[in-house]
Amino acid sequence: MFEFCIDPKIIEGFSWWSCYLTTGKHLYFYGSFFVVFALLLFTVPLILIFAFAGAIARKSSIFPIRWFGILYTSMVRGVPDVIFFLFVPIALDQGIEYLRHKAKCSDWTESIRQGNDFVVCQAAKMPLGSSDQWVHEAYGFFTAALAFSIVFGAFAANTIYGALNAVPHNQLETASAYGMSRHQIFIRIQLPQMWIYALPGLSNLWMILIKATPLLFLLGVEDIVYWARELGGSKSERFSSYPHSDWRLGYFIVLLIFYLILSWVSEIFFKRLNFKLSKGQATLGSSQ
Amino acid sequence: MQNLNAAVNFWQVLYNKTKEKIMNLNNLMTGAVLIAAFATSAIAEDRTIRMATEGAYKPYNFINDNGEIDGFEKHLGDELCKRANLKCTWQTEAWDPIIPNLVSGNYDTIIAGMSITAERDEIIDFTQEYFPADPSTYVALAGASNDAINGVVAAQTSTIQAAYAAGTNATVVEFATPEETIAAVRNGEADAVLADAAYLADFVSSSNGELIYVGDPVAIGGGIGMGIRESDTDLKATMNTAIASMKADGSLAKLIFEWFDGRVVKY
Repeated sequence: MFEFCIDPKIIEGFSWWSCYLTTGKHLYFYGSFFVVFALLLFTVPLILIFAFAGAIARKSSIFPIRWFGILYTSMVRGVPDVIFFLFVPIALDQGIEYLRHKAKCSDWTESIRQGNDFVVCQAAKMPLGSSDQWVHEAYGFFTAALAFSIVFGAFAANTIYGALNAVPHNQLETASAYGMSRHQIFIRIQLPQMWIYALPGLSNLWMILIKATPLLFLLGVEDIVYWARELGGSKSERFSSYPHSDWRLGYFIVLLIFYLILSWVSEIFFKRLNFKLSKGQATLGSSQ
Repeated sequence: MQNLNAAVNFWQVLYNKTKEKIMNLNNLMTGAVLIAAFATSAIAEDRTIRMATEGAYKPYNFINDNGEIDGFEKHLGDELCKRANLKCTWQTEAWDPIIPNLVSGNYDTIIAGMSITAERDEIIDFTQEYFPADPSTYVALAGASNDAINGVVAAQTSTIQAAYAAGTNATVVEFATPEETIAAVRNGEADAVLADAAYLADFVSSSNGELIYVGDPVAIGGGIGMGIRESDTDLKATMNTAIASMKADGSLAKLIFEWFDGRVVKY
């Protein structure tokens, strides 16, 4: 990056560190922090959508929808995350490619499943084989984010389902006595009040989500833990201009601090949110 | 092995004959260009070949200071693509899901120091070997005796070494990445690590005597080949031709000499 970095062997001290910390590899490392934030920002709305859909489905009076809700929340929560994360992106990708294949290559005579192989025509590939690497990475990121959302959505659905049921029943009855329709009761009375009951569960999930991002590498996304491990691994003179011994501990301490700060900021945020939502509620929290 | 040799011979003969004929016809064109034209006939022109590697197995493949994929296999792969006149792109993939993602079509080849074994061959196909069978060695901390190989042995998950060590008296601990197997020995979690000799060589030589070889090298696994989907016969044939051409003109041996501390192989 700097001009004096051409031959790192002859420099030392501050200039060595300023060269070392600005290698291309380190820039990828810094960039991967944004990947984590992007994942969090992208998945949270999706998780809430899945959670509401799941919770409302479970409360539905139509039984196939209710069964679907129960199946989603109990099955997804029961399957180990790692298995789910390996399965969903591949299944999703194959599903999309299968549909594209049917639409674009109707003249294709060979079967799609050949032994172990999943073969679709080149035009059906998602993303296209000729796309730039960043397109592949973005696509991988989105399938990963979707897998995350499905898993965490199931947990959040259970929390929200419980919170909806926790709203005091007499509140709903009173609303009914005032002549509100079921829809109005849900939107005006039940939904605004359920947040305070859902918040502890949701803040737990948020904390777990923050820490779960290293699972991203399983899904082909290079996250901060991947780069920290890669950078910290011992380097010999032969393969690197910056040889060093096993420095993974140092890099992991940086990650530790990062995660602690993130948790700390989240704690403050949730505390404030809790305070705000408690106002006017018939709970102990509102009188504190 | 015999089949493999037969295949190698077949391609070499074919290559030489074709080259001879073409050379006689037209002296102006270089051999490489013609081989390229000959090799690509079966693969659609608009197809980009996506190559996957682990990026954590020096000197086969690793991530260099610039954060790019580097190593013996990167240079080999680029040369093979050039000879076969293919457009290739690279990506890294964790070791464990590297085969499932190949058969699922997320990329087209695995070029990641993967030994050709019967087990893997049932699921995917391999090209002819581009690196000969490399003995595996045990490495332990200085001062360890040869008994270390029967103690706690670290190996990478889903490797031939992990499978081999499970069959010995040793207690095997498996790790997702090769780097962790070395760290396990350094911090005393494991008594010894079992891995490809070429991978360990750099760690031993740069450890200032901290790490030593223990026990005898063991010969496990065949040579290293490029993993390709079983249905992708065109690509396999193309790559086989390209590898054969690199063997024939000595450029593969030269590449191995450069990347593996002056190792001499006969191809």
